[in-house]
Amino acid sequence: MDALFLNQLFNGASLASLYLLAALGLALSFGLMRVINMAHGEMLMLGGYLAWMTLLVVPGALGIILAIPVAFIGAAAMGGLIQSTLIRRLSARPLDTLLATWGVSLILQQGARDLFGAIGVEVRAPEWLSGSFTLAGITLPSARLFIILIAALVLGALALLLLKTRIGLLVRAVNQDRMMASAVGVGVRRVDFTVFCLGSGVAGLAGVMLALLGPVTPNVGQSYIIPAFLVVVMGGLGSIVGTTASAIILGLFAALAQIFVDVSVAQMLLLVFVILFIQVRPQGVVAVKTRQLDA
Amino acid sequence: MPDLSRLDPLKPILPWLLLALGLVAPFALSSYDLNLLARFMAMGILALGLVLIWGHGGILSLGQGVFFGLGGYAIAIHMKLADLPQGQIPDFMLWSGRESLPLWWEPFTSPAFTIAAILIVPTLAGALFSWAVFHRRVGGTYFALITQALALAFSTLIISRQDVTGGFNGLTDFTSVFGFGLSSPGTGPVLYWVTLAILCVAFIGLRWLLASRFGILLRAARDGENRVRFLGYSPTPFKVVAFAIAAMLAGIGGALFTLHAGVVSPALIGVVPSIEMVVWVAIGGRYSLAGAIVGALLVNFARDAVSSAFPELWLYLMGALFIFVVTLLPQGLAGLAKGKAA
Repeated sequence: MDALFLNQLFNGASLASLYLLAALGLALSFGLMRVINMAHGEMLMLGGYLAWMTLLVVPGALGIILAIPVAFIGAAAMGGLIQSTLIRRLSARPLDTLLATWGVSLILQQGARDLFGAIGVEVRAPEWLSGSFTLAGITLPSARLFIILIAALVLGALALLLLKTRIGLLVRAVNQDRMMASAVGVGVRRVDFTVFCLGSGVAGLAGVMLALLGPVTPNVGQSYIIPAFLVVVMGGLGSIVGTTASAIILGLFAALAQIFVDVSVAQMLLLVFVILFIQVRPQGVVAVKTRQLDA
Repeated sequence: MPDLSRLDPLKPILPWLLLALGLVAPFALSSYDLNLLARFMAMGILALGLVLIWGHGGILSLGQGVFFGLGGYAIAIHMKLADLPQGQIPDFMLWSGRESLPLWWEPFTSPAFTIAAILIVPTLAGALFSWAVFHRRVGGTYFALITQALALAFSTLIISRQDVTGGFNGLTDFTSVFGFGLSSPGTGPVLYWVTLAILCVAFIGLRWLLASRFGILLRAARDGENRVRFLGYSPTPFKVVAFAIAAMLAGIGGALFTLHAGVVSPALIGVVPSIEMVVWVAIGGRYSLAGAIVGALLVNFARDAVSSAFPELWLYLMGALFIFVVTLLPQGLAGLAKGKAA
C-alpha cells in the first residue's frame, strides 16, 4: 500500500505536469480575452504529430530534443492562425467563440485522421528516456521524470517572461485592465495574439510529452483537454500561480483516487471535486481582489 | 398575453406549417422514413429546451446528452426487463459474469415507475447540478466547460460499468413497450403520434413560458445578471428552473428516441453528440422555438444523407457549419427568414 501510494503520488505529479502544460495557454488567453479555445486539445495533437515527423527526419536522442522547438513553433503558428482569423472576430461573444473553435477542433481531428490514419503513430522514446530509476522501492519511469522537469522549466521560463520582460509587462497590464492599457497606448491586439501563440506553443510542447507516453492519435488531445478545462475553472482568472496550484491539486487527486476506484469513477470524482471546490471558492484558487462587479 | 411576434423572429405561419407537415407525414412517408422523422422529432424536443436555456437564458450547456441518456436508459432498462422470462437476467449481464439483477434495475419492471423516472430523474439531476454551479454565481464559459466534463464523465462511467449498463454497445434488441409489440405494423404510427403530440405540448408550453414574467426575467438575467440583482430578483432560481425544464425535455426526447431507434448507447450521449445538439439549435436559430425544431430535423436528415455515403465528410461539414453559422448567422436560419441576417 505504501509503495503503491508513493507510486501514485509520482504519477500524480507527472499527470499534474501534463495538465499544467495543457492548461497554461488556456488560462493565459482566458485571463486576457475571456475566451476559451476549444481547439486547444488539437494543439497537443499537433505537437505529438510534429514530434513524430521530426523523429522520422532526425532519429535518436537528438530528435526528441529537436522535436521540442519544432512542436512549439508549429503549434504556436497554428494557434496564431486560429486567433487572427476566427477568435479575434468573435471575442465579444465568448460562448460563440467556444462553439466556433469546437468546429475548428472537429476539422483538425478529421484532418489528422485523413493524413495519418485513425490508428495513430508510435514515437519511439530514445534509450535515456525509456529506462527507469528505482528509488526507495518505487520505480520512476524516466519519461515521466522528464515530463515533470520540462513542465517546471516551462513554468519558470513563463514566470520570467511575465515578470522580467517588456512583453510580460504589457501582458500583465492588459490582464489587469484592458481598457486602460489600450488607452495608454498598449497594442492590445498584438498582446492577445502573442499570448495566444505562446499558449498554443506550450500546448504543442505538451504534445511531445504525450508522444513519449503512448501513441499519437487524432483524438489524443481530447483525453487531456477536459481535465485541463477543469484546471482553468478552478484556477482563477488568468493567474499562473492559481493555474499551477489547481493543476497540481487535480493531477494528484486523479492519480490518488485511482488507488481506490477505477479510472472512470476517478473522472466522475474529479468533476464532483471541482463542483464542491466551487461551493467554497467560486472565484478560483487565486483571485485578484477587485471591486468590479461586471468584469 | 404579451406580443409574441417580437419574441420569435419567425413569422407565425411557420409553426402551423410544421404542424401541417407533421400531420400529413404518416400518410405520405414509408415506415422507414416515418421512423427517422419520429427520431428526429424526439431530438427536436431536446432542441426546444436548448432554446430556453441557451437562446433566452444565455446558458450554454454542452452536456444535454447526459439528460437525454438518463431518459433513454430508463425506458431501455424497462424494455429489457419486460422481455425477460421470470427469474432470468439480461444476456449481457450473464456475459459479464453477473449472477443477479442489480438492485437499482428492480423497480424499472413497473411501467409507472419508469415513466416517473423518465420525467423526474433528468429534471432533478439538472436542477441539482445547475443549482450547485449557479448559486455560487459561476456561469458563462465556466458552466459550459463543467457541463462538457459532465458529459465525458457520464459516458465514461456507462462504458466502464459494462455489467449493469451494457457498456459501449449500450442496450438494444427490444421487442415490446408497455405491451405493444415494437415490430407489429400498428406500433410505429402510434409512437409517431405520441411524439408529435408531446412535441406540440412542449412547443406550446415553452411559448407560453417565454412570454410570461418568467421568460422576461430569464432574458433580463441573460443580458445583465447583476442588474437583475439590483432590481431585487435573484437570477439563480430562474436559471435553475430553466435548466431543469431543459433537462426534462432532453430526458423525454431521449426516451422517445430510444423507442424509435431501438437502441441507446454511450455513442449517442457523450461529448460529441452533446455538442452536436447545440449545432442543431445554432443552425435553426437559438431564439426561435420553431427554428430549433427545423434545425434538429434539417441537420439530422442531412447527417443521415451525408454520413451514410461519406462518413468522413460529415465531420468536416459539421465543423464548417459551426464556424460559419456562429460567425455569420448568430440568429440561425430563423434570422434569415426574418430577413435580418446579422
